[in-house]
Amino acid sequence: MLISCPHCGPRDVSEFTYQGDGNRVRPDHASTDIGAWNAYVYDRVNIAGEHNEIWQHSGGCRMHLSVTRNTLTHKISSSTPVQAARPTQKAARKSRTKA
Amino acid sequence: MTSTRISMGGRIDRSRVINFTFDGKRFAGHPGDTLASALLANGVSLFGRSFKYHRPRGVLSAGVDEPNALVTIVRDAVREPNLPATTVEIYDGLIAESQNRYPSLQFDVGAVNQLASRFLGAGFYYKTFMGPKIWPLKGTRFWMFCEHFIRRAAGLGTAGLEPDRSRYERMNAFCDVLVVGSGPAGLSAAKAAADQGANVIMADIDARFGGSANWSEETIDGAPASEWASAIVQQLATMPNVRLLSRTSVWGYYDSNTLAALERVSDHKTRPSFGEPRHRHWTIRAGHVVLATGAFERPMVFTGNDLPGVMLASAGQRYANEFGVLIGRRVALFTNNDTAYGAALALKRAGATIAAIIDVRKTVSDTARSAAAECYAELITGYAVQTTEGSKQLDGVRIQQFDGQRTTERERLVEADCLLVSGGWSPAIHLASQAGAHPIWNEDLQAFLPPPPTDKWVGAGAFNGTFDTATAIDEGLSAGRTASGNTKPRKTKSSVVEGYKCQPNPAPVFEIKGKGKAFVDFQHDVTADDVRLAHTEGFTSVEHLKRYTTLGMATDQGKTSNVPGMAIMAETIGKPIPEVGSTRFRPPFAPVSVGALAAERFGDLKPERLTPMHDWHIDHGATMYGAGLWYRPMIYGLKGETVEQAYVREARAVRSGVGIVDVSTLGKIAVQGPDAAEFLDRVYTNMFSTLPVNKARYGMMLREDGFVMDDGTTWRLGETEFLMTTTTANAGKVMQHLEYFLDVVWPDLKVHVTSVTDQWAGAAVAGPRSRAVLEACVSGTAVDNAALPFMGIVHGEIAGVKVMICRLSFSGELAYEVYCGANSGTHVWEALIEAGKPHGITPYGLEALGTLRIEKGHVTGAEIDGRTTAHDLHLDWLLSKKKPFIGSAMMNREGLQAEDRLQLVGIIPLDNLPINGGAHIVEELHESHPSDSIGHVTAMCYSPALGKYIALALVKAGKSRRGSRAFVSDPLRKRFGPVEIVSHHFFDPEGSRLHG
Repeated sequence: MLISCPHCGPRDVSEFTYQGDGNRVRPDHASTDIGAWNAYVYDRVNIAGEHNEIWQHSGGCRMHLSVTRNTLTHKISSSTPVQAARPTQKAARKSRTKA
Repeated sequence: MTSTRISMGGRIDRSRVINFTFDGKRFAGHPGDTLASALLANGVSLFGRSFKYHRPRGVLSAGVDEPNALVTIVRDAVREPNLPATTVEIYDGLIAESQNRYPSLQFDVGAVNQLASRFLGAGFYYKTFMGPKIWPLKGTRFWMFCEHFIRRAAGLGTAGLEPDRSRYERMNAFCDVLVVGSGPAGLSAAKAAADQGANVIMADIDARFGGSANWSEETIDGAPASEWASAIVQQLATMPNVRLLSRTSVWGYYDSNTLAALERVSDHKTRPSFGEPRHRHWTIRAGHVVLATGAFERPMVFTGNDLPGVMLASAGQRYANEFGVLIGRRVALFTNNDTAYGAALALKRAGATIAAIIDVRKTVSDTARSAAAECYAELITGYAVQTTEGSKQLDGVRIQQFDGQRTTERERLVEADCLLVSGGWSPAIHLASQAGAHPIWNEDLQAFLPPPPTDKWVGAGAFNGTFDTATAIDEGLSAGRTASGNTKPRKTKSSVVEGYKCQPNPAPVFEIKGKGKAFVDFQHDVTADDVRLAHTEGFTSVEHLKRYTTLGMATDQGKTSNVPGMAIMAETIGKPIPEVGSTRFRPPFAPVSVGALAAERFGDLKPERLTPMHDWHIDHGATMYGAGLWYRPMIYGLKGETVEQAYVREARAVRSGVGIVDVSTLGKIAVQGPDAAEFLDRVYTNMFSTLPVNKARYGMMLREDGFVMDDGTTWRLGETEFLMTTTTANAGKVMQHLEYFLDVVWPDLKVHVTSVTDQWAGAAVAGPRSRAVLEACVSGTAVDNAALPFMGIVHGEIAGVKVMICRLSFSGELAYEVYCGANSGTHVWEALIEAGKPHGITPYGLEALGTLRIEKGHVTGAEIDGRTTAHDLHLDWLLSKKKPFIGSAMMNREGLQAEDRLQLVGIIPLDNLPINGGAHIVEELHESHPSDSIGHVTAMCYSPALGKYIALALVKAGKSRRGSRAFVSDPLRKRFGPVEIVSHHFFDPEGSRLHG
């Protein structure tokens, strides 16, 4: 499997570390909602098809990537820096800067 | 079978003789021979005994598909079992042994299994040995009784006990086009692609390139096929953009066109040349792959089809033309297709008498008829071989009239010393299947063909079901052009191929039913009746059939047996073959040596991490201990000291005077930025934003699920700068953890983390006299209690080198960690040793470090094992209630609060004998019948401070058991005895000593 790192270019999968399901949303850090935390830590969709994943280029630039991988074919349709792929947090950061 | 060497022909070098032994007997062969061809040339027909019934077996094929002729090769007392003799090249001094026979290949007592064979059918093990029924002669207990005998009787070769000292290599390669197989199609593809300027790798499993051209009788463009092939090989060899890999099996086809190949570099040599490995593992990333892997001929299934002397028709032809071996004097053929007639012609030319050609078809083509006439063979159509005659080798075959379904009574005997069989051809689609291709059943060829090519691979030749050489060459040329990106139509003319031409389409006959054993999978002794038995017992899906009967699961992976097995199942179910399905092929295509897979990942070639003071430790008698990739001193043993004596002496020195230990391996992470304090508050369970500059704090971090992840001290070096230390083992994991949160979860935090483990050298100076040592060598700062209180940090100099000193303690004594730049590590270390001499400073290793921490009840990785919570380890005091942190919500789950969880306790063996880590703690002791474990020992030492053996353990509801008795139970190491459960704080529980 080849993953295209936006910083380093296409690299073998052995340079990367899988860092989990990209679909999960972490509850607010201060949340004490055990149900939400439980869902975040344990519940996973088991997709046969396009799956959002987080990979780290641990054997390279160490950037975290948001990767869309087809679990049936291992075809990777996109890999982008994780922050760019997470608009909600980017928006949050912007609003924070403004404030 | 009376096989001999032909006086002429074959691609062997008759000018040189190679001597080797088989079962202790000396034989001679020539360069170019395989073990199989050389033995056949010497008239050997019996090669081994079968897996289950110990039936005599000979050679069925001439290549990697061989199921029968498995041998063990002995080289320098190292045994490599289960190698097909058809793939072993002979060399001077080769020692080969036959397998699965006792006392000898000719007289094998295991052959009595044939008498009991009606009880040894498919599912024998499940039916006889599974389940609770204990008597009569059934059930799991009976298995335990019988296992020893069965393991002796069944199976293949035995591995040796000598370690494999061969060297193995790994290589990575990139190419535009990888051509797998070098027959006429593969060669043409490689040539076409190379002519386009593409970087080409061509791999062939055999020693000689050319594939079928090496044994074909055809001429290509006027030259004998083998000469045509070697001319192209010579051209390719001179091209700078071509790499040729012979003796290389491409065995795995993975994602993104990554292929795995095994090159057998020196197996064919008496000694490897200087610097040569035995095998080389190739990881090849190819732009395009041309699959020109050819096809395997299928045997027919009939009674006694495994008798030595029964061989595939193409193999007979190959032995004659490639190896100059005539496999029999009087040869009969049994076929369902026209290709076997070509083999008959070849054997006739080589000097054999063709006794008869028995064809299951009532009428045959004119091509076949004239070929039969040309070799003066009696052509017996509409007949089938009913059974073979002979005990250890073929004397003749009994044939009967055949109507396409069953045979009728009219029987006659055909005398022959060799029977060549052909049941049609199965393209070698293994690699395409691994790449995800679903094979398509072709009714004409009665075979599974690959689907249309993809953007990754393209097929050519017999792989595609194309058995005509001229067309195969055309396909190869187009495939090579396509693969190298040229889409324009080809202008060159097609090659002119002359020779025996026929339609390869077989009659749909796979099995001739009869009485007695008719083998489908020769290597695993699976018969046609076993397949039907599996069906009767409900295992009708192909995948179930395979697992129940073990059909196709032997070392040959069913190269000859898959399709016949499926055909018999299809007939039994009454469905067409494609509806029964095809199993998907998995890597490896051919066996791969584990040594090649592990190449360069062990021994001298494993990377190692050494601390700056490594050489000092070695020079001062340290026994080093591998901790991950790191090497750390275990003990600095004096002459004649045992390990225990050494660490007890070292630990005692720390408690009574002063010791020094190398702590450079601790993970060190610089956490910097305006939000660094806030970040640490979120990561650690306790508060770091309140930590004053130049102070350190012990911290613990949890995983998201609330379990303890790691612990260590973090030092505040400035308002926005921290130095975090982690345990040695978890340094990488913690770094990734921090990076993940900064990158993915909290990108708004302005924090930078940098691994600085290798930048700092660290030494811990511990013991009541440690302050005196520092006072003697540190300049630029005071180190007294006022200037350097507990957990304080000062900056100063030792021997002219800048150092950072933090007063913290893992040993429980007054202690300091001295950090300096890694380059100055030894310099500072030696200065500390020098300053400590008047105080008797003692270097100590991991064992003493462990002893000191066990005495104090401090936890390490043995207790932070990913299953323990802060509560379990009595570290609740580190859990801040003022702020959320990673894991703070999840750690409060009900199950993690339960009082009967495994909790950290101290253990004192009442018999004062050592206990091993991993030993169980039980409430009642029954040595013969171990009772339920209530926990396990995590660490043990002899404590000089307490004068006895002590241990730490994780015990169910451990806290409430303090003061009670239990037992240690370690059945594997036969250690049983009473223990007392106590607090894990064995020594100085108030911590008065570290305040010195």
